Amino acid sequence: MAIPAEQLKSPVTVNLAWCKGCGICYSLCPTKVLIGNELSKAVVAHPELCTSCRVCEAHCPDYAITVEGGPKR
Amino acid sequence: MNPEIAQYYRVNKLPHIWCPGCSNGIVVRSIVEAIDKAGLDQDKTVIVSGIGCSSRAPGYMNFDTLHTTHGRALAFATGVKLAKPELNVFVITGDGDCTAIGGNHFIHAARRNIDLNVILFNNNIYGMTGGQYSPTSPTGTKATTAVYGNIERSFDSCKLAQTAGASYVARGNAFNTRQLTDIILKGIENPGFSFIEALSSCPVYYGRRNKKGGPADMLKWQRDVCVTQAAYDRLPEEKRAGKIITGVLHHEPQPEYTAEYAKIIEKAQGGNG
Amino acid sequence: MSVTSLKAKLMQGNQACAEGAIYAGASFYAGYPITPSTEIAEILSERLPQVGGRFIQMEDEIASMAAVIGASVTGAKAMTATSGPGFSLKQENIGHAMITEVPCVIANVMRLGPSTGGPTSPAQGDVMQARWGTHGDHPVITLCPNSVQECFELTVKAFNMAERFRTPVFIMFDEIIGHMRERVVLPEPGQIPVVNRKKPEVGPESYKAYEPVDETLVPPMASFGDGYRYHVTGLTHDETGFATTKPEKMAAHLQRLHDKINNFLPEVVDYEEQSIEDAEVVLLAYGSVARAASRAVKDARAAGLKVGLIRPITLWPFPGEAVKKAAAKAKAVIVAEMNLGQIINEVRVAVEGQAPVYGVLRADGEPISPTEILAKIKEVL
Ligand SMILES: Cc1ncc(C[n+]2csc(CCOP(=O)(O)OP(=O)(O)O)c2C)c(N)n1
Ligand code: SF4
Ligand code: SF4
Ligand code: SF4
Repeated sequence: MAIPAEQLKSPVTVNLAWCKGCGICYSLCPTKVLIGNELSKAVVAHPELCTSCRVCEAHCPDYAITVEGGPKR
Repeated sequence: MNPEIAQYYRVNKLPHIWCPGCSNGIVVRSIVEAIDKAGLDQDKTVIVSGIGCSSRAPGYMNFDTLHTTHGRALAFATGVKLAKPELNVFVITGDGDCTAIGGNHFIHAARRNIDLNVILFNNNIYGMTGGQYSPTSPTGTKATTAVYGNIERSFDSCKLAQTAGASYVARGNAFNTRQLTDIILKGIENPGFSFIEALSSCPVYYGRRNKKGGPADMLKWQRDVCVTQAAYDRLPEEKRAGKIITGVLHHEPQPEYTAEYAKIIEKAQGGNG
Repeated sequence: MSVTSLKAKLMQGNQACAEGAIYAGASFYAGYPITPSTEIAEILSERLPQVGGRFIQMEDEIASMAAVIGASVTGAKAMTATSGPGFSLKQENIGHAMITEVPCVIANVMRLGPSTGGPTSPAQGDVMQARWGTHGDHPVITLCPNSVQECFELTVKAFNMAERFRTPVFIMFDEIIGHMRERVVLPEPGQIPVVNRKKPEVGPESYKAYEPVDETLVPPMASFGDGYRYHVTGLTHDETGFATTKPEKMAAHLQRLHDKINNFLPEVVDYEEQSIEDAEVVLLAYGSVARAASRAVKDARAAGLKVGLIRPITLWPFPGEAVKKAAAKAKAVIVAEMNLGQIINEVRVAVEGQAPVYGVLRADGEPISPTEILAKIKEVL
């Protein structure tokens, strides 16, 4: 019973007010959960692929990403 | 912002002034994670910095914070630590701040082995003033004051710290944040002068002028060139060129300055110390 | 050394300065050796640990000034001492202490300059540097003793003013005063009041580090480590302590730095007058030169000449009102100083053309004698 992507509660959230669109998170995300929008800001495109690895959160220079669950850093 | 780290930031001051993709924010995160892991009392922890992009970090950090003059952070921090040794004192500095204008303070603070945790944000350039070459810019670097390429040789600030007497020296980078947090934590645990060079990236001035790609490319470059000593030793000779050794480079406990001074006080007051 | 044995003692100006610091509650010194101030460092390296304080010899004067500020933000009363070349090096961080309002004391035992100049030659060539040595607009408090006793008392006062006004305070003496030996009567503890900085009465939640809470315009100062977690920066800042580039906030900040001192001039400005009531010739001199000038006044009076002396004790703020008042009744004003004309310009401004202003100026490492001053008096009368 697959849940449609847009209804899935995403483990990763982006605070667009703080995101400066640097592209680090969507370049480093191993499973391409995140993509850049027309302002190159990060948006969650494929939450279902997220493994909560927290690579994006650790490397966001602007603390704009929060990942729930995953390893305690 | 993840609530795990929010308590260590002045959240109402964010977003910070740094450019998109500047790795300063990543390094600061490792510092606060290390402070958290070390369980330091936030009210007894002081962050001192000089002048530069990196030195703006304390303004965002929820501690007693002292933003000083260009190059002098270590001297201010020496006063803080000696006057109140129970404080945990961190110094955030840039490559120009620490090794050019502040070079003299750097070697002498290391020589005294005073208990400071120094994190040098090395972006190989003067960021704040718009991209002039620094003492850590590699030979050949293009900078606004080296348009034909830098003819100077660069400092290895870790070797400099070790030779000057630092009891703990380590190098990390903004890509390998786990390692960076870990080596800062070990520095906190060393009672003495702990020097941590964090390779950082200035995509705007260093990156663009030297064709290093975007912010993510610069982090990936760090991933590709940084190796631990053990990994380096295992590499075949032909693959060693251009590698940068990271991890703990030197750790040799030595008498700590404020502890030694406590003995002076005892002696002066008639004790046998 | 027990306190009682110190009651009345023959000592050097530099030692009196060091003992004054201890009396005022100093617990931190950072410095770099330089003639003719070095004895202050040497004595405090011995005395401070005796009272639980701390001394450090830094790598240079830039670092010394920095360490003093670092110590003061933790709550310590801190000082440094130096001479000309070192005073030049301290200037940048003196500016930091001014804009961050960090109390501290800087002693400058003046020698002949510029540059290395005459390391053992007395001079008064740094008095304008005290006023304008660091860049930007800033108020300044500068004290100038003329005896070993005053070296002690004005060092205590320098600390008191630094704490009261949250500002760096200079005490400037020339080499003659620094190395002169005189009997000093040391006050009992409590005899001279000792002032401590105002601490916040509110908790960390409502503390604004640079917000004045009363008419003094001096914000209460928390110590690092007290749990206030506040920010100190050399950038222009608003009442919260964080950097601002808003013109109205920058203006308010710099204006308050001036007002917190200039609104209290009667409390700050200090000077001494000798035979000034009917003086036809008004002398103005400070530091060791004021001793020669005082002698010259006595000799002139003995010869029937109406001569008086104004001796600024605070060089900055300058006692211009007293000078203006005295000049109104005078035929001439004479300024004697060991430089080629510094405070004389300040005197000209204060005199407002009411009387001609002459100088007895000397910058050759030799003291100015009463005879030289007397000759000038006779010349202008
Ligand atoms: C005495 C003094 N000289 C020069 C400057 C100008 N200045 C400000 S920051 C800076 C260089 C900063 O470079 P770095 O320390 O590498 O830090 P970054 O900005 O790259 O983080 C310079 C030269 C100054 N503020 N003070
Ligand atoms: S790393 Fe952060 S600032 Fe950069 S694009 Fe992603 S969310 Fe935005
Ligand atoms: S947590 Fe990992 S998988 Fe999920 S979005 Fe971030 S980088 Fe991608
Ligand atoms: S100029 Fe460079 S170092 Fe400074 S904030 Fe921008 S990217 Fe970072």
